[in-house]
Amino acid sequence: MEAAAKPQRQLVRLRGRSYVAFVFVPTVPIQDWLQEIDATIARSPGFFVGRPVVVDLSSVDLSQSGISHLLASLGDRNIRVLGVEGVEEARLTPAMPPLLSGGRDTTIAPAAPKKADTKTATKPTSLLIEQPVRSGQTIIFPEGDVTILGSVGSGAEVVAGGSIHIYGALRGRAMAGVNGHASARIYCQKIEAELLAIDGFYQTADDIDEALRGRPAQAWLQGSSMRITALN
Amino acid sequence: MAKVLVVTSGKGGVGKTTTTAALGAALAQRGDKVVVVDFDVGLRNLDLIMGAERRVVFDLINVVQGVAKLPQALIKDKRLENLWLLPASQTRDKDALTEEGVGKVIDELRARFDWVICDSPAGIERGASMAMRFADEAVIVTNPEVSSVRDSDRIIGMLDSKTVRAEKGERVEKHILITRYDPSRAARGEMLTIEDILEILATPLLGIIPESQDVLRASNVGTPVTLSNTEGAPARAYTDAARRLCGETVAMQVPVERKGLMDRLLRRRAA
Repeated sequence: MEAAAKPQRQLVRLRGRSYVAFVFVPTVPIQDWLQEIDATIARSPGFFVGRPVVVDLSSVDLSQSGISHLLASLGDRNIRVLGVEGVEEARLTPAMPPLLSGGRDTTIAPAAPKKADTKTATKPTSLLIEQPVRSGQTIIFPEGDVTILGSVGSGAEVVAGGSIHIYGALRGRAMAGVNGHASARIYCQKIEAELLAIDGFYQTADDIDEALRGRPAQAWLQGSSMRITALN
Repeated sequence: MAKVLVVTSGKGGVGKTTTTAALGAALAQRGDKVVVVDFDVGLRNLDLIMGAERRVVFDLINVVQGVAKLPQALIKDKRLENLWLLPASQTRDKDALTEEGVGKVIDELRARFDWVICDSPAGIERGASMAMRFADEAVIVTNPEVSSVRDSDRIIGMLDSKTVRAEKGERVEKHILITRYDPSRAARGEMLTIEDILEILATPLLGIIPESQDVLRASNVGTPVTLSNTEGAPARAYTDAARRLCGETVAMQVPVERKGLMDRLLRRRAA
């Protein structure tokens, strides 16, 4: 665009908005009070980071240099003071935060961790894999069942918190019920597995009945022994 | 549209380099402009198979590092007008391949050729992963034996996860090429059958190359097998595979050696 834009008059809009700030009420001796602040920071570093802080000086009687010293000490702790309350304006210098008035008390609710809880509750409890699991790949899903549409190659590994369903040949390793879930089972359409494990009890290829090889099968736990039988 | 094709296998000695040279020559004979790129830095062989070892001046690493320009490193084949070779360096190792540099070279090759065929080194380390990184299609060379098939399965998994296409959510088109296949031994149960291999790998078949003395003879004289004895079984099988790569439908068959009567009567010298 070549034409110079005409300077337009911008309307200045002023809006009121209220914020919630932490109010510090220092008490004498100031040194002890600062140590309390230090202890809070030590317990949870970053507690005051990014939060507006107002200093209420009504319970102490500080001179201008005293106020300046207090503000500097807070500044050293990375606490930025938004405003000062409860002191005559004459004691503040222009470099200090402004005098505030008319604040109302509110309770500061702790950040709601409830939301996260509901989220974990709706987490999916099964995992669907639509491609074959190739040699060298590992599928780990401790949250629940794993279903695979395709084969599990020799040297591949499927680990599930629940049961494992394989619609294809199982040539690799399958470990079900890894979080102590003894009722988990392993199903496959063609059993040529290198290793089967349920809740820590395992069998290797050598232990699997030769008559079952290549047939649809399921494996489950009976007490501490693993049973493998043909499906249908 | 230029296509980048990687010839890979995981296992060594199955015929990747032979396949790269044979497919490259077969595609070039069809009239496409083809470059074969050797990614086996430190153990290069493709220059020998192509019979260009005495004309190597600059190599892939020189181009990747910006020491040489691409046209300086490309070697034109003496037999075919539109077949070129980009050799690997013999004095460096695979760590010299940077992803950024390889990507730039592949982009430049895409602009000049119809087919960019990358000859992958064995293994799953940097050389192999760089060879497959920018591929649009892959030929997985497999011998009819369990170790080779399992390694191929591993490589297919990498093609589905570690390539640029896979990371963008697209697919690398994959083909299985079975080499060193001996129908009589397979019939006696001494080899995995074609059905077994395809069932395990769950990937379409591009061709079956029979075991043949032609292959060894061709590499010894530095000629792609598709150019040395065009009537031989492996040459015909590779030519069919190249036609399938171009989208033609060619009936799948295991080409057999055409043996004369004397060959059949006097099969092998007794020990």
